[in-house]
Amino acid sequence: MKILFLALLFVPALATVGVLPAVASEAGYRLDRSPHDPNDLVSLQSGARVFVNYCLNCHGAQFMRFNRLVEIGLSESQIRDNLMFPVEKVGETMKVALGTKDGKEWFGVPPPDLSVIARSRGADWLYTYLRTFYRDPKTVSGWNNAVFANAAMPHALWTLQGERALEVLQVKSPAGHVAAEYRWSQVSPGALNAVQYDAAVRDLVNFLVYVGEPAGQSRKRIGVVVLFVLGVLFVFAYALKKAYWKDIH
Amino acid sequence: MSGRLMALWDWIDARMPSLAQEYRKHLAEYYAPKNFNFWYYFGSLAMLVLAIQIVTGIFLTMHYKPDANLAFGSVEYIMRDVPGGWIIRYIHSTGASAFFLVVYLHMFRGLIYGSYRQPRELIWIFGMLIYLCLMGEAFMGYLLPWGQMSYWGAQVIVNLFGTIPFIGPDLALWIRGDYVVSDATLNRFFAMHVIALPLALLGLVVVHLLALHDVGSNNPDGIEIKKNKDPKTGHPVDGIPFHPYYTVKDIVGAVVFLAVFCSVLFFAPELGGYFLEYNNFIPADPLKTPTHIAPLWYFTPFYTILRAVPPLFNSQFPGVLAMGLSTMILFFLPWLDRGTVKSIRYRGTLYKSWLAAFVIVFLLLGYLGTEPTTVWGQFGFDAFFLDTREIATWAGRVCTVIYFLFFFLMPWYTARDAARPVPERVTP
Repeated sequence: MKILFLALLFVPALATVGVLPAVASEAGYRLDRSPHDPNDLVSLQSGARVFVNYCLNCHGAQFMRFNRLVEIGLSESQIRDNLMFPVEKVGETMKVALGTKDGKEWFGVPPPDLSVIARSRGADWLYTYLRTFYRDPKTVSGWNNAVFANAAMPHALWTLQGERALEVLQVKSPAGHVAAEYRWSQVSPGALNAVQYDAAVRDLVNFLVYVGEPAGQSRKRIGVVVLFVLGVLFVFAYALKKAYWKDIH
Repeated sequence: MSGRLMALWDWIDARMPSLAQEYRKHLAEYYAPKNFNFWYYFGSLAMLVLAIQIVTGIFLTMHYKPDANLAFGSVEYIMRDVPGGWIIRYIHSTGASAFFLVVYLHMFRGLIYGSYRQPRELIWIFGMLIYLCLMGEAFMGYLLPWGQMSYWGAQVIVNLFGTIPFIGPDLALWIRGDYVVSDATLNRFFAMHVIALPLALLGLVVVHLLALHDVGSNNPDGIEIKKNKDPKTGHPVDGIPFHPYYTVKDIVGAVVFLAVFCSVLFFAPELGGYFLEYNNFIPADPLKTPTHIAPLWYFTPFYTILRAVPPLFNSQFPGVLAMGLSTMILFFLPWLDRGTVKSIRYRGTLYKSWLAAFVIVFLLLGYLGTEPTTVWGQFGFDAFFLDTREIATWAGRVCTVIYFLFFFLMPWYTARDAARPVPERVTP
């Protein structure tokens, strides 16, 4: 019984490392692991800049308030001067002027709200998706995506990444399995090189993960304290039980 | 106790002696067997989770909006703008899964130690009613965040009622209050979730405990401690007062449970999509059916049974019937078991083998229900009896058959089981 209890006490430690969300991609394109770091405030701030400049024109984050960004190290005046394009008051949420009806007319589907997009798609999906746009003359927008085939969204970050082309080859392995091989080529250069672009997307994904659950980091900090308190409580509770039960055989 | 407190107690006792009587009957002089083990924590833990769910639920209703246009946003409002809201919401969502985990372990305890046997049949039936109530509570509560899985899960489950011959379509319409899951459905599910079912649950918990304290607790040896009483005191020789012995012991169990609970709550509240599904972070869209609809993990064994049964005359009703039967059959457990002993400790190999098969099959059914039926690929051959070549569907079918055989053959194998002699007194 005691061993069982001790074993159970280790479950918390296991739970923290053992459970990793895995969201499969739809097209079978292998997802890259997102290298974002939720504690990196510089990355979060850079992500916020990319977000308001490139995403917040069509996509909103209607549950996220601008003034909450003080949590990632920005002052209210910095937020007001650099990030707040669509609204007037710093307490407002990240709404967007583009209406659902217009969005549907222009893109076929209204651009989804991005408040919790990192929670439904997962960071790895977003990180891969935003880096795998390619030129495709067959689509309406002229863009396609390796992770999300025929995505309605054109490549919003193309001025940064430049235009790329994708060739998918069916390669037969020595064992006889047919697997798709993806060959990327740069058609025209963007403002950033490949390494810089990956970093920009990492920052954007970092920001989206933060927006998905702003309390995410404080949640973990509080969790450590709560588990410590429960650990102390366990010692006393166990001693109390021992003391009461010493006469029961 | 200080003099003033004592005086207050005397004042109350003079006016309401039943308070002290009930305290003695249910705590201080409720004699429980002294050999309770690990499995006996889950009853009190279930009560703890019920209390947690009610308290967090009250705070959630203060900010939640049961309106199809506002529900999803109000949950995000709770997660972001309500101080401490995220913690309350995560306690409630983790608590839902914890409730089922604890109840499943509690039921398994009853199964292995024969706690449902005479004279505790009524306790078992009340317990089963609690379980059914809990399923309704979880199902209706899951609609409230109004995400894609909330919406389509509710659509699928309400449609199950629609497959019942003759009355089905009208019944489904009556449950939904509309032709599809809509604002009307959300409002009535909210009412059921926050008032009707919690009231029923509380009432059932009370009768479950009253019935238990009338006949007394079973124990890992499955023997009646009341048969061996101390002639001087009149108390069972192998019994100890619930308070303080089991109250202090259950506190230890509660602390360990809370440690596990909080590890999920603070470090993995979605638990890899098992406690909070990723798709449920997409607002409900009645025009966009998700490719893979799966219920939360606690319903998946029954969901696999539903999917395993092939349709008959283009009707899914046989599957619905099988799923209904798979839960209802548990009510009959006290009369299906013909064993001469109660506890697994003194049962023979025959029973133990069937129980092991049941546990494996139940877990497998649960796993298969979380995955698409294509998860294990297809058979490479084509046989005349194969209506589908999906391996997982066939595995589900085999598991379903074993699940039902465990119950249907129980009168036979428990009666033939070579039981070992049961001791006179409880053993540790």
